[in-house]
Amino acid sequence: MTRLPAPFGTRIDRTRPVSFRFEGRRVQGYAGDTIASALMADGQMMLSRSFKYHRPRGAFGLAGAEANTLVQVGAEPNVQADLREVAEGMEVTAQNVAGSLAFDRDAAIGLFARFLPVGFYYRTFMGPTRQAWLRFWEPRIRAKAGLGRVDTGARFPHGDKAHLHCDVLVVGGGPAGLAAASEAARGGADVILCDAGPEPGGSLCHAPQGAASAPEGVRLMTRTACTGWFADNWLSLVQGGTLWRVRARQVIFAVGGIEQPAVFRNNDLPGIISAGAVRRLIRLHGVAPGRRAVVLAGTPEGLDAAEDLAAAGIAIAALVVPRPLPGHEGRIAALGCPVIAGRIEEASGRARVARVRVAGSWVDCDCVAVSVGQAPAWQLPCQAGAVLGHDTASERFVLRLDRPGLHLAGTVNGYAGHAAVVADGRRAGAAALRALGMSAAAEPAPKDIDAALSFWHQPLDPHPGGKDFVDLDEDLQVADLINAVAEGYRELELVKRFTTVGMGPSQGRHSALATARIVAEATAREVAEVGVATARPPAMPEALGTLAGHGHTPERRTALHARHLRLGAEMKPVGAWWRPYLYGRGDREALIAAEVAAVRTGVGLLDVSTLGKLEVRGADAGEFLDRIYTMSHGTQPVGRVRYCLMLNEMGAVVDDGVALRLAPDRFYVTATTGAVARVYADMAMWNAQWGLRVDVANLTGAFAGLNVTGPGARDVLARLPGDIDFSRDAFPYLSGREGVVAGVPVRAMRIGFTGELSYELHCPASHAPALWDAVMAAGEVRPYGLEASRILRLEKGHILIGQDTDALSSPDELGMGWALSSKKPFHVGKRSVEMRRRLGVTRRLAAIAFPAGTRGLGESCLVLADGVPAGHVTSVAQSPTLGHPIALAFVPAALAAPGTGIAIRARDGSTVTGTVTGHAFLDPKNTRQEG
Amino acid sequence: MKLLTCPLNGPRNIDEFQYLGPLRPDLAEGAADADWAAHLFRAENRPGPMVEWWRHTPSNTVFLAERHTLTDTILRTWLPGAKP
Repeated sequence: MTRLPAPFGTRIDRTRPVSFRFEGRRVQGYAGDTIASALMADGQMMLSRSFKYHRPRGAFGLAGAEANTLVQVGAEPNVQADLREVAEGMEVTAQNVAGSLAFDRDAAIGLFARFLPVGFYYRTFMGPTRQAWLRFWEPRIRAKAGLGRVDTGARFPHGDKAHLHCDVLVVGGGPAGLAAASEAARGGADVILCDAGPEPGGSLCHAPQGAASAPEGVRLMTRTACTGWFADNWLSLVQGGTLWRVRARQVIFAVGGIEQPAVFRNNDLPGIISAGAVRRLIRLHGVAPGRRAVVLAGTPEGLDAAEDLAAAGIAIAALVVPRPLPGHEGRIAALGCPVIAGRIEEASGRARVARVRVAGSWVDCDCVAVSVGQAPAWQLPCQAGAVLGHDTASERFVLRLDRPGLHLAGTVNGYAGHAAVVADGRRAGAAALRALGMSAAAEPAPKDIDAALSFWHQPLDPHPGGKDFVDLDEDLQVADLINAVAEGYRELELVKRFTTVGMGPSQGRHSALATARIVAEATAREVAEVGVATARPPAMPEALGTLAGHGHTPERRTALHARHLRLGAEMKPVGAWWRPYLYGRGDREALIAAEVAAVRTGVGLLDVSTLGKLEVRGADAGEFLDRIYTMSHGTQPVGRVRYCLMLNEMGAVVDDGVALRLAPDRFYVTATTGAVARVYADMAMWNAQWGLRVDVANLTGAFAGLNVTGPGARDVLARLPGDIDFSRDAFPYLSGREGVVAGVPVRAMRIGFTGELSYELHCPASHAPALWDAVMAAGEVRPYGLEASRILRLEKGHILIGQDTDALSSPDELGMGWALSSKKPFHVGKRSVEMRRRLGVTRRLAAIAFPAGTRGLGESCLVLADGVPAGHVTSVAQSPTLGHPIALAFVPAALAAPGTGIAIRARDGSTVTGTVTGHAFLDPKNTRQEG
Repeated sequence: MKLLTCPLNGPRNIDEFQYLGPLRPDLAEGAADADWAAHLFRAENRPGPMVEWWRHTPSNTVFLAERHTLTDTILRTWLPGAKP
């Protein structure tokens, strides 16, 4: 055990042990441990195998920014062991191993490293035969690809989504973030402070300045990662399984820095850890990272780590100081350990670092604390428009963010000393307040005497033996990048795609800056000219379940839904609406035929509540509809119903319905269920241009509709008490009335979709059940569903918009020239219809009857002309009334005359022949519906 | 998620809106067929400020917006017929 006694380990609760298993072995940690800290306390430094060479890997930064710490937890792959807190009973296994972590058979790949240079896959795996890639190489390579194991049978929780608004969002709860949040809250702003850790404080948690807490008046969100910045300060925060969408008026990025690795031979050995990680292990988790440590103090932070190591009683075998640290000589002397001027040239070891070579001599150790400096955490700021540049004078990477509503604070803004970091946080908070129009004094940028020492510009020359990794994720060495440039990939984006540098799980956090320097050196340019690759959301891993959220399919139900269920209806979705397809159980075809027969011989009742319903009001209502639809509506008498055909500007049919004129300045218009939303939008769009005195109200959900249809419909309605006279003379075909039926206020319209005597009764939705019950009780009335409805309309040859039409169908093609008014100077699409007439009609929608017993017909069956496809079936059904199949189909115009034989390729591959008939299969003179 | 300011309803997330296309100049009466076809199908796509039709879906409010297509910034919005 390498657990240190209290007061070390401020984040763990030693009274609450937690047991879990790693690679089958039982490990004990404490509540507050992460998987990584618990394993390291148990002496387990190796956590995974590297992507390409399967080299042993351990944690480097313990900050959720590397591939080395990815483990499998149960069915969940790619869990960040340095962030995930331990839970009782967890089953943790290493990833990317063949066998086990300790004995990985694929480690043999490392023996062939010299044959697997960067880009080797562009030149290999092509032989020996033409099929070699598909048959031999690809299956084997894919079997080794990836890191974790995906269990397709596993079920993961779906996250919730929620919204937040605030004046100031501070991302990062370190010293700068706390200062910024405090300043903004004190000034009266509504502040949210989010931090990825379990408590705020950042480096304060393990620093001598002491613990931190959220400032007063600040909404604190811990264990919350900010994964993306989007337009107009819309940010995504992930907290557990919840995706918070935050709209902030001001954003302060206090996201700190990313400790960079040192580049030397075998720099990837387990036990080589960043200085900050060493401090966190000691202070937060009470873990001794080793017994004998070497500290590479390229910056003063290395001295911080050395002091913590000494305080924990860990021997410091050597303090490696690659450059003078002015002002810190006293601290170095106080450590009392061997001090070596120079740098680490090489490390050695197997499952763990065992020694390092410094200035030509080997030093035994089991832990190396690395302090090379931090790069600003650029990912989120760069998404928001920040530019990552390189300051040649101080040899540091710096961010600049000059956009309204956005601020950088602290380490990410280039500050290193604690006092300067805090002061910059306050400055950013004050700047946010001023941007919000609140009073706050402008504070000057703080001076920072520590900035000059905050980054060591380490040499990046390749080691003759290689294994000097620049990208730990992708197993890329210094020479790999130099060779890529030599191959001609001179731009950073090309180097990235050729070598895959920065494409691994850490997305360049540890490799981007070294890569930029290597490419700049190899191409004899300044680092600032090379730049870094684009940073895109998400800034850190997001579970797909968090993005998906809960499945949420909207459902719309008519006011008669319960009636249909009680009558045994088979309900199915049509778009968002749920509609009855047929009533009853058993032989579907027989049930549908019976429903059709009821309408043809008695009385049927259909719920048409899903129809679009619009009320067009205003002095120019008639003029408006004259322009929107093809028929004449301006001259439509009050109390009359007229068919509405809607075209788009290209002269294509896009919707139909009917309009009832209620008053000179008021129309009640129906539209098809699927199109009403678009019709409503188009009406608004057109009138925005025309400026007519018109208002359109969408009543689709507010009104319900019932269609009472059949030879006995009039008799049934006559039995209902009310003030509407349904007799033939008082209520002629294509007229409408407003009144009361069975105590329900209705708008009644006499129309003829089914081809039978029909009355549509529209009423406020809440009254629909009462009206339905009254109609059902008034005689032998049979409800029918959508299946029967579609057959009934087909027997009359009525088209369904969207089924019998496509995006280009013109009225002439559909045989609807009769619906185009020739008297109006304008309607939408008129000009295009005229142009298309001049071009000639090449296809027509024809009504086709087939002999009884014809089989295999279906929608989309091809129409053949001289054996080649020349059209297709759009609607087809067996007609119970006529006793044979009937269809609508697009056919060549030359074949559209009644009596012409039409060959159709049936579903079984045979060819069947039908005959073109007149427009309606049944009652072409409309005596039934108009009687 | 971008914000777009509806002249009637104020600033809303852009997913509440529908883009309807650029504002087109009126075509002269009696224009040739080819000009009518170009009017229908050749939408303007200029880099720089463009005036476009937008609709706020929940309220069915149609308005005009001036947007800089290179920077994707909304310069102003106004109701048609009103002064911009």
